[in-house]
Amino acid sequence: MSAQQGDEPQISPLVWFARGTLGITSAPALILMVTFIGFGVLCRESGLTLGQAVFMTAFIWALPSQVVLVGSIASGASLLVTWIAVALSAVRLTPMVAAWVPMVRQPDTPRWRLLALSHFVAITAWVWSFLKLPTLPRSARIPYFAGFAVILSICNIAVTAISFLLAGALPVQAAAALFLLTPIYFLTALSAAARIPAERYALAIGLVLGPLLHWLDIGLDLLWAGLGGGTLAWLAGRITRREP
Amino acid sequence: MTATFQTLGQGWAGDFGPYLFILLAGFLATDIWRWLGVLIGNRLHDDSELLNWVKAVATALIAGVIGKLILFPTGALAAAPVVLRLAAAVLGWAAFMAARKNVLVGVVAAELVLIIGWLVLPG
Repeated sequence: MSAQQGDEPQISPLVWFARGTLGITSAPALILMVTFIGFGVLCRESGLTLGQAVFMTAFIWALPSQVVLVGSIASGASLLVTWIAVALSAVRLTPMVAAWVPMVRQPDTPRWRLLALSHFVAITAWVWSFLKLPTLPRSARIPYFAGFAVILSICNIAVTAISFLLAGALPVQAAAALFLLTPIYFLTALSAAARIPAERYALAIGLVLGPLLHWLDIGLDLLWAGLGGGTLAWLAGRITRREP
Repeated sequence: MTATFQTLGQGWAGDFGPYLFILLAGFLATDIWRWLGVLIGNRLHDDSELLNWVKAVATALIAGVIGKLILFPTGALAAAPVVLRLAAAVLGWAAFMAARKNVLVGVVAAELVLIIGWLVLPG
């Protein structure tokens, strides 16, 4: 958080927006697009139409939740059951957005702007935000984020469509390599973005708790991994900070 | 509420029924959490202890997703042996650290471990 306000007052928001769009060539953006190839293929295999697949990417913009929705639709579940399943998979967005808001807002930022932009907060843009935005002047953060987020969304809508149309025979090894990109990217980018000890502890604890609670089959595993693991990490961060 | 993807809006929404289903069970079910996050985040102060806790919870949640994607993947990655998936993650992370936290180095290393390991390992 070393950047001061008014560092580069001559740069207009439009320029920051344009600079943000250049982020589409960054590693996280490219990795997410490769990951979305899998989603187009999944939609096609699940019997959805091209329009429905594209509509999901545009309006949901959270890949794990989209996968849950497609799975629920494929199983013929009712609207209520599907809503609950998707909502549970998306609870994590609340703490993510809550942590993101204090970083991007200015005292005079209207709430509607944050509400509208929050749609673009998903894991990739969140991790990217914590890597890039703290080094920028505060006035640049919203337009810079908007530029990156909007172009990322548009490109992945295109990737969904193209992969749906081209869904064909990928060798299983190639498909697995594509699917591995997401967790490895999240793991390394999150490690790089962790600034306080509590975040590093949370990363380590969550990595273990997520699969462990899933394996124990207690239900709502991710929610408990987040609340329990996060609280534990926060406490550990407080204790280690007090000691010299 | 009991309508499904195939039956929602039959008789009045026509071909838009499935899209209405996606809006309600997809868009609304996810963005409602984002809007709640904005309302909560607006009350959090920079560098407050509460914000640190929220960050820790968010980080642990995503870490949980990562752990599940590696150990209990769906799709094609499930075809790769679990030992190979774990080795790729651990060695990829080690390469990332060794390269002074270079994300691309970590990702490439993990991919190489997975692909080469798969081709070399028997079965």
